[in-house]
Amino acid sequence: MGMNAIEKILAGHSEQKEVRPGDVVMVNVDVTVQFDHGRPDVLRIANPDKLVLLHDHVVPAPTVQAANNAKRMREFVERFGIENYFPVGKHGISHVLVAAEGYALPGQILVNADSHTCSSGAMNCLARGMGPSEMLYILCKGQTWYLLGPTTKVVLEGELPERVYPRDVIHYIPGQYGDFAGRNLEWHGEGLANIDVDGRLTMATISAELSAEFSLFPYDDVLARYLEGRAKWPFEPAHPDDDAEYEQVITVDLASLEPQVVLPGKVAWNSKGAREISSEGIKIDQAFIGSCANGRVSDFAIAAEILAGRQIAPGTRMIVTPGSQDILKEAIKLGYVETLMDAGAVVTNSTCGACFGGHMGLLADDEVCITASTRNFQGRMGSPKASVFMGSPATVAASAVAGVITDPRDL
Amino acid sequence: MIASTFTGRVWKFGDDINTDLVIPNFAVLMTLEEQLRHCFSANRPGWVDEVQPGDVIIAGRNFGVGSARNIGAVFHGLGISGVVADSFNGLGLRNCINAGLPSLPCPGVLDVFDEGDVADVDWTTGDVKNAATGATAHGTPIPQALQDIVTAGGVENVLRREGYLAPR
Repeated sequence: MGMNAIEKILAGHSEQKEVRPGDVVMVNVDVTVQFDHGRPDVLRIANPDKLVLLHDHVVPAPTVQAANNAKRMREFVERFGIENYFPVGKHGISHVLVAAEGYALPGQILVNADSHTCSSGAMNCLARGMGPSEMLYILCKGQTWYLLGPTTKVVLEGELPERVYPRDVIHYIPGQYGDFAGRNLEWHGEGLANIDVDGRLTMATISAELSAEFSLFPYDDVLARYLEGRAKWPFEPAHPDDDAEYEQVITVDLASLEPQVVLPGKVAWNSKGAREISSEGIKIDQAFIGSCANGRVSDFAIAAEILAGRQIAPGTRMIVTPGSQDILKEAIKLGYVETLMDAGAVVTNSTCGACFGGHMGLLADDEVCITASTRNFQGRMGSPKASVFMGSPATVAASAVAGVITDPRDL
Repeated sequence: MIASTFTGRVWKFGDDINTDLVIPNFAVLMTLEEQLRHCFSANRPGWVDEVQPGDVIIAGRNFGVGSARNIGAVFHGLGISGVVADSFNGLGLRNCINAGLPSLPCPGVLDVFDEGDVADVDWTTGDVKNAATGATAHGTPIPQALQDIVTAGGVENVLRREGYLAPR
């Protein structure tokens, strides 16, 4: 019996010829990414040439503690002579940078403490969040383990209708199928040809909210074009065997989808059509677009298109945070930042920021936010008494204009 | 060495217990000792004052979903002797293992206990028993290689012993 693409990457990085669900697979890591911190007690590291260091969660430092952490990272960079380093000024969110700068590559294994590391699955790169202790182990030894789970094949057919986005697809699936704890997602189908790399990065990122292990997209023409002139190192893409095994197959007809809003608290079994929820007239205090999920130039473009010539509703504030310095520069050049500011939005510096309730856009008690960032947990973006809904950048922008949660097709 | 069994008073939690409930946003940059004070402050205010060393967490599906925040270190720091959940998020489970916290995936475990019952757990064989009622469940122990990390007291202990980290 053959292996799927996820299993082939794991086997190819291990001493096992074949891997099966239930195996603990010991692998050699290709690329290690670390953010915001460098442990002073680390004495030796495995692969300094394949280590990428950067600042992203709270940039520039809003507290002395964050500033001290950033200082320790600079000391770490100095001590081990790390060349792949993005200081403040060249900074961006780790998952955004590793795709844009060509560090996340097809067929390779990339590790990072952060839970949204699965983002790089869009690049046909095997990646998932590892946590701080595991990162220490990998930093020192260059190896790690994965507990291989069963894989769901998701087949996308057709094309998304107007004002429906990849973000809506990745809200729809957990709404219909629940969580994928301990399981992988592998994306297939001719519909993928209509989803660009930005959209795939959104979907792979939000796969963490489905509790998936890996979320792997294929190496196809769309990805090959994206990587031209961008890939930092040579790579060998992974394709599933023809007789690969999957635990289940889910088929999604993209043309039938509507904008999907996730309700506060959790993602599994918790989404509704935007039109259905808009009838409830839920008033919003804050609208946010940003994060590793939706802080790219294409997201600025969608927001600018909706906000052009319109004003954000009185009593509502809108915050837009780019995924990197380069994205901010590009969004300024293309006029999107001016359009957003004319509508009354705040455009911030690149940081993880408000997405995790870090800084620049926290919520007060009893406030309601609609966000195109990553999480809707209780207390995620500020007060535990606030409520966080999630939608596509278009749904967020339309809701900001209306002042209530709104289907972007109805604005 | 961590023993293969633990016995303790049960705290019961439901499905989808996430990392941000264990370590709230405002505590992310705090030291571990400070973080312990804020565990479950949003969903169970006052819990950290009631929990005792040796207590056991019994939870539902998708335990530890969310971020890379080190939930294992917090539970270990509070003296929790082990976690038994219907299912775990992969990253949450990894953080528990790496903190040296015995962890056992065990479908149906919520039906075996009421809060305050005493749980007898062998996390290496998967046997779970309610000491009072005699009700049982059987989980799937984590693979041996991962049990070894827990038994060694967590991954940082391994690295320190092997000379990768400076002695404390």
